Amino acid sequence: MLIYYIELALRSLTRSRGLTMLMVLSIGFGVAASMTTFAVFRAVSGNPLPEKSTQLFTAQIDNLGPQSGKTKVDLPDALTYIDAMALMQAHQATRQTAIYPVGYTMIPDEVTRMPFGVKGYAAYADFFPMFNVPFRYGGGWSKVEDTRRANVIVISSQLNKKLFDDSNSVGRTLNLDGHVYRVAGVLGDWNPRPRFYDVNNSNGFTEAPQFFLPFTRAVDLQTDTAGGNNCPAPPPPGWEGWLHSPCVWVSFWAELPDAAAQQRYRQFLTGYANEQQRSGRFNWHANVRLHDVMQWLDHEHVVPPETRVSLLVAISFLLVCLVNTVGLLLAKIMRRSGEIGVRRALGASRGEIYGQFMVEATIVGVAGGGLGLLLTVLGVFGVGLVFAPDIARMASINASLVGLTLLVAVAATVVAAFYPAWRAAHVQPAWQLKCN
Amino acid sequence: MQVKPILASLRWHKAGTILIALQIALTLAVVCNALFIVQQRMARLLRPSGVDESSLLVIQNQWAGKPATPQIPALLAADLDTLRHVPGVVDAFSSNSYPLSSTSGWSMGVRYTRDQKTPTTPSAIYFADQHALSTMGLRLVDGRNFREDEITDLDARATLAPPIVIITRALAEKLFPKGQAVGKTLCIGNAGPSTIIGVVERMQTFSGSFADSWVERSTLVPYRILSGISTYIIRARPGQLDQVVRAAPAALFAANRLRSIDASTGVQTFAEIRGTAYKTDSGVAILMAVICALLLAVTAAGIVGLTSFWVSQRRRQIGVRRALGATRSDILNYFLTENLMISLGGVIVGTLLAIGLNMVMISQFEMARLSLSYVVIGVVAVLLLGQASVLMPALRASRVSPVEATRTV
Repeated sequence: MLIYYIELALRSLTRSRGLTMLMVLSIGFGVAASMTTFAVFRAVSGNPLPEKSTQLFTAQIDNLGPQSGKTKVDLPDALTYIDAMALMQAHQATRQTAIYPVGYTMIPDEVTRMPFGVKGYAAYADFFPMFNVPFRYGGGWSKVEDTRRANVIVISSQLNKKLFDDSNSVGRTLNLDGHVYRVAGVLGDWNPRPRFYDVNNSNGFTEAPQFFLPFTRAVDLQTDTAGGNNCPAPPPPGWEGWLHSPCVWVSFWAELPDAAAQQRYRQFLTGYANEQQRSGRFNWHANVRLHDVMQWLDHEHVVPPETRVSLLVAISFLLVCLVNTVGLLLAKIMRRSGEIGVRRALGASRGEIYGQFMVEATIVGVAGGGLGLLLTVLGVFGVGLVFAPDIARMASINASLVGLTLLVAVAATVVAAFYPAWRAAHVQPAWQLKCN
Repeated sequence: MQVKPILASLRWHKAGTILIALQIALTLAVVCNALFIVQQRMARLLRPSGVDESSLLVIQNQWAGKPATPQIPALLAADLDTLRHVPGVVDAFSSNSYPLSSTSGWSMGVRYTRDQKTPTTPSAIYFADQHALSTMGLRLVDGRNFREDEITDLDARATLAPPIVIITRALAEKLFPKGQAVGKTLCIGNAGPSTIIGVVERMQTFSGSFADSWVERSTLVPYRILSGISTYIIRARPGQLDQVVRAAPAALFAANRLRSIDASTGVQTFAEIRGTAYKTDSGVAILMAVICALLLAVTAAGIVGLTSFWVSQRRRQIGVRRALGATRSDILNYFLTENLMISLGGVIVGTLLAIGLNMVMISQFEMARLSLSYVVIGVVAVLLLGQASVLMPALRASRVSPVEATRTV
């Protein structure tokens, strides 16, 4: 029976080529527009570390107080050096790290090679196990090296390729601004997007960092942050003055595996802020926050508003295409009222008529999906026009997008066909036959 | 044209009528909002930056080996001297940032007095010397430029407390809406008062929506910034920009090779800077325009399809009407009026939908309120589109011969 329906459908579709083509185009364009924007949306709103995102938390502490004249509660999105160090030393989480972005100039050993700028992060040893960082060679540095403020470095595989020709460079040395570091490890392919641990300093989609080095070492070298530095009041002069100023520039992340640990950490943070109030550093009540990865991305508005607006507009577009398809299917089906009357008179049940037209719609849907897929591929390539290249680069075609495109196309067409098919099934055979 | 018989016949095609009206309504809602987004983005794109973009070039330089702060003034002076001697270069100076920058920028709250609790407005802070105005092509509309003896060195981490400043007209008008700004004082951050010595016509702040509400409120401060990273703004002779783009970094490396200039973003012409800054805006505008065009095409195709079907269904009735004396233009008018009535219905619903969609966007994406002129433009466009797409099937209907009345289908 199904084969017969398919045969019937194909015959009817080829009979009115114009209408069929309009329907396929309509579905194709509608699906392609929404799938292209969805690909971008999915890329920017994804979970960068799904296996652990609910166990990693970043802390916010109000170090400005209500005196800053703000009406809404908007805590600084980084910590002061003093607070970050206090949290590090308190050791209240399973693992913890303070992080800040740094930049140096790499001075190659060969005199013939030009120095070049490199960007990376200063962090603690816990950073690597905490964020499940994969290593190609070697590993992170140890906690002892944190306290010894050692000259160790972890480099990206891209930098390893540039400096050491992809070889195992663990134990070799490199020179950053005149200081020599020993390579402890080479990262595997690792660049979570959005880069959740640094979205307060960048849009989260920039190129992968090239190195990591101990936080303590970077501070010893008086390395300025390459990210934001927000001072409520001018800092005292000199490096020490800046470290002990109320300027915020350090991110802090803690690993808290379960609800009990999270609850304890919240209490600890509140306790810490209260203590600061008692000691006279803060003259306001404790105001602290803990955000897990996804909450933090949301708080920092990582998904660009353009993506959401485009998605909304593209979905409205798909809706119009659907309404259009309903109209065209209706026209197409009602044009064949006579034929339906004959089939009904010859014994076809309502259900059979219904089934026949749903099969026809499904074929249109599959064809529309095919076209939509083709246009989505073009759209994803063309999306570089629309969004900044670092975001556009991430939108990609994969099996799930292909499947989703076809599914949306077929589902949309089938939904669109419900009403026209119902109308067809209710054609009065006697009336049609009399008419003709 | 009689409206009543049309209404009566539409009742026979309820589903088709509602579908066309609904489609027109949705199209109107999306097109109004999309065109509005296009217009807003275009308005941002077309904002002048105030600097002479066609002949400017920016070089971001990082010295190797983290030179100590006391060494930097000599390094800066040497680099600027090198740059000014590059063939094709008119002038150059060093700053912390530049208009439309999407990578770095300083902003500070500006107050009338030190103890004022909340700042009057944020302002972009640009480090400048006596060469800055002429290099960037900024036009002084009041007061005077900095003098060489007024420029001092400032550590990147030190407090900004300039004795004198030059501000933009936009900032002057915000601070002193009535009367002259030159000679008055302002406070940057919590620092002491700075005297305004000059006002320039226009100088834009950074790219990014965060700076949109204070887009031309900039302040020039008489400092050389002492930091491991320096930004050189270079003016080339007309027509020689391309040549300077190649020659300037080469000259810097020839003079001192202990530096790094990023291969992709280290040397940028202002045209490139503008392109990067407004990439998203132009992209969104293009995307919305494409969606509008596709949407109108889909809707037109839908109207053509359904009307053609109606015409073929009613050939016999048309034949009867023709036989009873209706002229061709009567038949043509019938279908045009029918479409107009359906479209009017759709447009009424569509206007409400457009406003609704706009309200969703206002609450979700901090968009501006849709101006009524866009709804009017959208309504006219959609009505014209309906009439245009119905024309072909209607003409076909008007050519139906009266003989059809006598035929059985």
